[in-house]
Amino acid sequence: MSDRMQPTIYSETQFYWDGAKAGKLLLNACTACDGGAYFPPRPFCPKCGSRDVTVQEASGKGTLHSYVISHMPAPGYEPPFTVAVVMLEEGVKMMSNILDCPADPEALELDMALEVTFEARGDLMIPQFRPAKGGAA
Amino acid sequence: MSKASIAIVGAAETTRMGKVPELSQTGLHADAALNAMAECGLTPADIDGIATAGHDSAEIAQYLGITPTWQDSTSIGGCSFILHVRHAAAAIATGLCKTVLITHGESGRSNNRAHRPLFPSMQQQEFEAIYGPLFPPSRFTLPVMRKMKDDGLTLEQLAMVAVVQREWASRHPRATAHDPITVDDVLSAKMIAWPFTKLMCCLVSDGGGALILTSAERAQDFPTKPVYLRGMGGESCEGPMVSQMEDFTSSKAFRVSGKAAFESAGIRHSDVDHLMIYDAFAHLPVYGLEDLGFVAKGEGGAFIAEGNTRPGGRLPLNTNGGGLSYMHSGMYGMYALQEGVRQMRGLSPAQVEGAKLSVVHGVGGMFSGAATVVLTSEDQW
Repeated sequence: MSDRMQPTIYSETQFYWDGAKAGKLLLNACTACDGGAYFPPRPFCPKCGSRDVTVQEASGKGTLHSYVISHMPAPGYEPPFTVAVVMLEEGVKMMSNILDCPADPEALELDMALEVTFEARGDLMIPQFRPAKGGAA
Repeated sequence: MSKASIAIVGAAETTRMGKVPELSQTGLHADAALNAMAECGLTPADIDGIATAGHDSAEIAQYLGITPTWQDSTSIGGCSFILHVRHAAAAIATGLCKTVLITHGESGRSNNRAHRPLFPSMQQQEFEAIYGPLFPPSRFTLPVMRKMKDDGLTLEQLAMVAVVQREWASRHPRATAHDPITVDDVLSAKMIAWPFTKLMCCLVSDGGGALILTSAERAQDFPTKPVYLRGMGGESCEGPMVSQMEDFTSSKAFRVSGKAAFESAGIRHSDVDHLMIYDAFAHLPVYGLEDLGFVAKGEGGAFIAEGNTRPGGRLPLNTNGGGLSYMHSGMYGMYALQEGVRQMRGLSPAQVEGAKLSVVHGVGGMFSGAATVVLTSEDQW
């Protein structure tokens, strides 16, 4: 999988990738307005514009919000593969593949419970999701 | 009573479309521009405003020999040219220039070009592209499974979008795909990105188009039948990360752009005779019908499947066959505008009898942006 695309990391997002390396899914959250988490990371709140933000660890639980099964090529991926959007328990959406699960509509039920895992890619760990062990979120 | 202030007096596509390997992307811009200038009797010396997207407007100006006092290279994706119409209208209305040329050229199939037309997005690369959706068929389609579950959109309804648009394309000699297709044909076509088969995805073509706009009071000086802008249209954006759409069942950019265009034009949905909704993929007309308010949320798929938008239906939609059957160079918005102009001139091969009002709505990127304009054959209302 080493030929999969590497993210280009910037100083504002370095904490996210450092967290992933430590096995944590980290989210920014605002402390000025409703305290809600947001994604992707940035050093200010996209709802109120405040720079008064913090970093919190996500629970790692989520549900399958939507997906496609891509038959298009991508470096390091063997089509068909699943590209999904996960709704995190914290109420934010993020893209992911679905690991440990066939790329088959029969196996991919919307709103199924998912849990975070991490894929080693070069020197990085990439946040990924797989079906939750033990069923419902 | 309101009088029109802005008119489209020139409109043309490239001499050939589909496979045009003998022209560079710059050459496609120029071919369309020369055709548009020729039909309304202008030369490059008569143009003082220029707009294009996916290409540097300065290169097009220099290539054509135009010295502009106003220019716009705003590139928000395939609907940019629809946005340019309203930007050009504002520029003409405020005296920044008098005669605007909007050009599009794209060597989507033969790839005779130096660069890709869309700006790269940093966060899209860092948080989406790394998961492998590197092409529009696996990015633009991502919200659709959610819409199917929440709003009851069905695969058969999505397939009917392609079937109906092929019916329109069969009336257009310049359309790439003419042969009738069935729902079964669409559903059994090659899988591209479940649930989308190849026939639910746009064509990949070479081509271009150009428009010439000026003030309505000058419109009578030209040999072409003027098509007027009603109101100043609308535009918006939500952003290049499709995973961050607020609502996977509805486009915020569509809603904002459409509402502005309808309010500015002072029209109701029942006034609209003809509609173009940029269809890079089969779900876009469904989102467009709902987000522009032609039908209630969740009813777009059934509205098309029941035949309301097909030839003879009450709301003719994508009458050139759309990106699915007419052509799709990559930034299709120009061709939606061209068909809107043809319909308002009464010259479309798929002419809607008596049509006086056309709404042209486009998407940019993957639900990233939107633009909407209202065209009319009437100079007052």
